[in-house]
Amino acid sequence: MKILVPVKRVPDPTQKAKIKDGHIDLAGASWIVNTFDEYAVETALRLCENGAENARIAGSEIIVVSLGPDDAAKEIRTCLAMGADRAIHVVTTDEEIDSLVVVKVLQGIIASEKPDLVVMGKQAVDGDANQVGQMLAGRLGWPQATFAASIEVAVDKKSLFVGREVDGGVEYKSVPVPSVITVDLRIVGPKAVKNNVTPETHVYSGEGARLPSLKGIMAAKKKPMVTAKVADYGAEPKAMIKELSVTLPPPRAAGEIVPDVVTLVKKLADVAKVL
Amino acid sequence: MGNILAFCEFTDGVLRSSALSNIAFAREAATHHGGEVIIILVGAGAAAAGAAASKFAPKVITVEDPGLANYLAETYAPIVAREAKANNATVVTATATAVGKDLLPRVAALLDAGMASDIAKTTGKDTFIRPILAGNAYSTVQISTPIICVTPRQSEFEPAAELGSAGTVTASAAGAIDALGASFERLDAQKSDRPDLGDAKVVVSGGRGMKTGENFKVLEELADLLGAAMGASRAATDAGMVPADWQVGQTGKIVAPNLYFAVAISGAIQHLAGMKGSKTIVAINKNKDEPIFQVADYGLVADWEKAIPELITEIKKLKASR
Repeated sequence: MKILVPVKRVPDPTQKAKIKDGHIDLAGASWIVNTFDEYAVETALRLCENGAENARIAGSEIIVVSLGPDDAAKEIRTCLAMGADRAIHVVTTDEEIDSLVVVKVLQGIIASEKPDLVVMGKQAVDGDANQVGQMLAGRLGWPQATFAASIEVAVDKKSLFVGREVDGGVEYKSVPVPSVITVDLRIVGPKAVKNNVTPETHVYSGEGARLPSLKGIMAAKKKPMVTAKVADYGAEPKAMIKELSVTLPPPRAAGEIVPDVVTLVKKLADVAKVL
Repeated sequence: MGNILAFCEFTDGVLRSSALSNIAFAREAATHHGGEVIIILVGAGAAAAGAAASKFAPKVITVEDPGLANYLAETYAPIVAREAKANNATVVTATATAVGKDLLPRVAALLDAGMASDIAKTTGKDTFIRPILAGNAYSTVQISTPIICVTPRQSEFEPAAELGSAGTVTASAAGAIDALGASFERLDAQKSDRPDLGDAKVVVSGGRGMKTGENFKVLEELADLLGAAMGASRAATDAGMVPADWQVGQTGKIVAPNLYFAVAISGAIQHLAGMKGSKTIVAINKNKDEPIFQVADYGLVADWEKAIPELITEIKKLKASR
């Protein structure tokens, strides 16, 4: 299976948000691969592995794509170090792109790469928009399975059975290849991804996405990464969605520690008036 | 001048409460765009729900067909996009539920529309305020495409009230339906008599410190006493203690009840993102240094094993005294 994994670098969410000139101050920020996209790389690897010492199913290929500035190459290399085979880095700036531009670029890449599947995170943890996967599927005219918590590949490899976390339960949806899958947190569970090749006895750690091994890091340095521009794919580098300003929410008023349950119930009834 | 097309979810012939928040946003948008709110109902039972929906907008469009019995983004999106164009809509909206979040970006792609997801507020014709960075900041965005797609956040828009007079209901033919090879297989529903997590007035959540699913029983007793919905942190859902759809957080449900109990929850930023809009937050945790106490209005440093049964007793006493 040939899988395309679009990834985004995001500021490390454990850093405290600071504002400068009305926008998030990213000077000196440390960057990571968006967590959900890291899970998408892990998902793609599990779909392409055969369970024997993490060896690959013959003919499988994982291509990582990212739009970002020059130094986003570092996060792309992280994905290669995890085990992706090659990468396309579309060098651009935030001013040039929004979700619509990103989708048009990905559409151009897909037209030339012709993957069997696009697997990506359901949202980026900085913008929290949760748009690109669905928009991409819509523009391609491909089916979509969003918020995937489990994936099972059919025996004939022509379709996937996807468990989706929805309001009120888990929905199971079947999609043919090619289609777009966006992954949720639980996709990295020990048995969440079944490719019908890896033996049932093989269990993944379930501790999130794998960390790149030293061998993987060394190998990643030699893996191909081509660079491109937004315009190479016929997309106009012009954002129609602009961020005018960013503000921090007012801090919550300091609360109080109550000594016991009786006091708590009294406060909830008489002061907060919520009981 | 443009109209607002509001995609609304319904059950058993009535609009879901999440849809009423969507209509509330749509009415605001209509004042900015000078047009009217048009509700669109798609799927099994759409025609029957038309009458109830017509109390909320001057125009309701229903699209019902055996091929639309189960929701699929592939079949619903082209219908919503088509009706948006046919009805001169400049804004297309759906509440940011699992369906809304799945559907609306696909509609946006078909309309070449820019989209604002999960918005908390609208400040003009094309400007929207939305939480970013797990709710740690609010971004004001301006969208300059001719049509704009928006998913308002349920917890930020009070449910719309009925209008004085009922609107018109028009059935629209589904036209050609193509699921592109996708199919709905089944829904493993979590059956519950409790209110929906999304619109409960009280939420009782448990975390990793509950240790086992069995231990959640005492929290459920508290929840049922208060008419509350059950919630959980990611640690508890990941550990399989409770169903995944109980998860409150950046991913998972965003809730803003009047009263939120965080029991044995440490308070990771991803969890706080899902509940810090709650009016009153109670944290019960045996470790006084947990970050949950920084957002709590009332903190109780105690073992849940002891505190929760006592809390149930005290609330029962309070109720009996009224």
